[in-house]
Amino acid sequence: MAMFEVRIHSRGGQGGVTAARLLALAAIRDGKYAVAFPFYGAERRGAPVVSYVRIDDHPIRVYSQIRNPDLILVLDPSVMDVVDVLQGMKPEGRVLLNGSEPRDMKGFPTLAVDLTGIALREQLVVAGNPILNTPVLGALAKMGIITLDSAKAAIREMFSDERNITAAETAYKELTV
Amino acid sequence: MTEIPKDEYIFKCTSACAGCSDSLALRYVLKAAGPETVLVIPACCTSVIQGAYPNTAMNVPVYNVAFAAAAACASGMSAAFRAAGKKTHVIVYAGDGGTVDIGIQALSGAFERGTDFLYICYDNEAYGNTGMQRSGATPAGAKTTTTPAGKEENKKDLDAIVAAHNPPYMATACAAYPKDLFSKVQKALSLRGPKFIHVLAPCPPGWRYSSEMSVEMGKLAVRSGMWILYEREFGKVTISGPSKAAMIKPVPLEEYLAPQGRFKGISKEAIAQLKSQAERNAGRLKKEADGIC
Amino acid sequence: MLTVATGNKAVASAVKQACPSVVAAYPITPQTEIVEQIAEYVTSGELKSQYIAVESEHSAMAACIGASVTGVRTFTATSSHGLHYMHEMVNWAAGARLPIVMANVNRALGPGWNIWAEHTDAFQERDTGWLQVYVASVQEAYDATLMAFRIAEHESVLLPVMVNMDGFLLSHSMQPLQNVDIGDFIPPIHLPHAIDTSHPAGYGTLTGPEDYFRLRWDMERSMRDSVAVIRETQEDFAKRFGRKYDFVEEYRCDDADVVVIAMGTLGKEAEVAVDLLRKEGLKAGSMRIRWFRPFPHLDLSGRDVVVIDRDYSFGFGGVIARSLAATERVTPFSVIAGLGGQEVTYDDIAGFVRDRRPGEELWFGVNGNV
Repeated sequence: MAMFEVRIHSRGGQGGVTAARLLALAAIRDGKYAVAFPFYGAERRGAPVVSYVRIDDHPIRVYSQIRNPDLILVLDPSVMDVVDVLQGMKPEGRVLLNGSEPRDMKGFPTLAVDLTGIALREQLVVAGNPILNTPVLGALAKMGIITLDSAKAAIREMFSDERNITAAETAYKELTV
Repeated sequence: MTEIPKDEYIFKCTSACAGCSDSLALRYVLKAAGPETVLVIPACCTSVIQGAYPNTAMNVPVYNVAFAAAAACASGMSAAFRAAGKKTHVIVYAGDGGTVDIGIQALSGAFERGTDFLYICYDNEAYGNTGMQRSGATPAGAKTTTTPAGKEENKKDLDAIVAAHNPPYMATACAAYPKDLFSKVQKALSLRGPKFIHVLAPCPPGWRYSSEMSVEMGKLAVRSGMWILYEREFGKVTISGPSKAAMIKPVPLEEYLAPQGRFKGISKEAIAQLKSQAERNAGRLKKEADGIC
Repeated sequence: MLTVATGNKAVASAVKQACPSVVAAYPITPQTEIVEQIAEYVTSGELKSQYIAVESEHSAMAACIGASVTGVRTFTATSSHGLHYMHEMVNWAAGARLPIVMANVNRALGPGWNIWAEHTDAFQERDTGWLQVYVASVQEAYDATLMAFRIAEHESVLLPVMVNMDGFLLSHSMQPLQNVDIGDFIPPIHLPHAIDTSHPAGYGTLTGPEDYFRLRWDMERSMRDSVAVIRETQEDFAKRFGRKYDFVEEYRCDDADVVVIAMGTLGKEAEVAVDLLRKEGLKAGSMRIRWFRPFPHLDLSGRDVVVIDRDYSFGFGGVIARSLAATERVTPFSVIAGLGGQEVTYDDIAGFVRDRRPGEELWFGVNGNV
């Protein structure tokens, strides 16, 4: 497999960085090489932020930001009002949105899953924010980017609350690919 | 009264000026502390007094460190000794410049952190080692090489700053009262945590009086009320004997100022300024000692 | 066990393994996570250290000095302005021959405020007598920190070691990390000149020119002796843990006509550029300088040299380019790139190599992109 590059769009405090980390960890548990890195600006809570994940069969030597992603993951669709999330997208790139309905993303294959709804149903809420970064791993597993076993393993390494696993499983079931 | 030991930790070959009360005070500090002690010394007169490499005039280990760094260095040393299960005393012996000016941040940090050490500031009221420039501890009216017309501002109230950190023990002392100093060092070292002793150290070349008068200058400072000897144990103030007497019947301030070249030609206003600061200090300490505050 | 960690957490994890008796540190972006993690280890009891939360970096290094001279292992971490605030004590630590280990997360200096990667902060400490190593992955940050303790504390070195990693690019990048059980890789510390109250001595006393000169030469002799110690330590590390390190990491240099030289993460990104250029038919190679002090020898004879400096010495030039011009008598194409966290991609690097102009200096993105 050539290097697979993911760009995650969220807002500061929504767990985009942790989502990136979980995805990288799951990929490593699949036996691949992976790195996750946030773009750190001077942003504060609530500002649009991006995180990146690179997955490869070989050690990763690239440190520059991802310019041509294979997958765009939008944890908070409201950032699309202010950020062109499709910027630099590879022609064969895909989109995963947090939401109940897919929308038209300039013709790019787009999937949607209601991560917020899943988090609320599982009562995965911290400081008023629904936790999106554990259910999203289930969706990414359904898309074949990681295995569901590794997704669960990664979540268990970082969180002890089993509701995170249930949420990931739910997202796996709910996402239609 | 505890017998002062005959053991000496400063050899007779120091390079101190004649009549130096810094080394006189240090002699009694070390007699009280004993051999299981490390001195931490920032840039100050003691950096020179201890002698030049490869010799040392000290019979305890001396760690010399940069000007602003003494209290922080002592923090690390104290933590390391505790980690190794050693009870070695860590004593900072620093001048007034290294304490009230450049070293005050490290001092404040170490006291706030509760470092187990004793910080002694020997105060000759100017940067002695570099030839008497004004420091924050220089009193009003005193001439230094950077205040040729006499300093306009009051001496910085270091003790109030230290007291604000609520250390378990702090005291003032003077080289002219070695027994008082000795017992205060002993008491300080019997307690855990950050301890502080502020020692007035009359300086013949800096204050411009003749070198045989150092002890007398220290006594005049106390008797005139310019320097008040007291202890503050867990916040409770006790005025020490000599100052109690001075508070009842002080000698005139002029007797203390007259022998000192640095106060030559001091203005009436500056004398009034000195008097009012001394009275304010005395009044506040008396109130605290009497439990009225 | 193989896990994912940031560069900061990797350093903290290595420090836990090395188990210093005293850690004194002050927070600063992007290093803060190191000291937070160490504080957590100490609080949870996983690390049996005295943690001193000092009030400044000057005091952090002063506290490490005070602790180290009693003969115990010490560690601190800083970055940028913090490193420079402690500059006086950085000199003191080396002159006092104390094997303190410090992680420095490379960050630009203000003004204006800039929290991103640049090497000028540590390069400005190059004449202090510290050994300096620069890493290019999270794993290497961990490995280099472990090795730093052994090298610093070696009886023929006894100089402090600074482990450098690029701010955010490494400090906050999450990468695979293989933790090891170090066993006896780092021997117990023995400081021959440790303070001993039964043998009182003066430390750092007033020293005349003759003795001072001799002590300075002694530092340089140890710096030179450190070369063998570094080599031996890296070899033993490879034998025990399987990961190989050298003074300079070479990539496809054997038959290279042109070599691109960089440090830190740019040195890794350059490898990708080399692969690109090779596909185009250009015999390119890359060298990533890891040890900056002692400064290594690079085999550059008969090759074109492109140097990327993520640093600058005003009125002089890129520090690595100028250093190599002096030590290896080469005429590099000197590229100044990545200052203040400027994004530099492998495409950019390939461009520097394609359009190299030996003897010239290019400020990437300022006086014309190539």
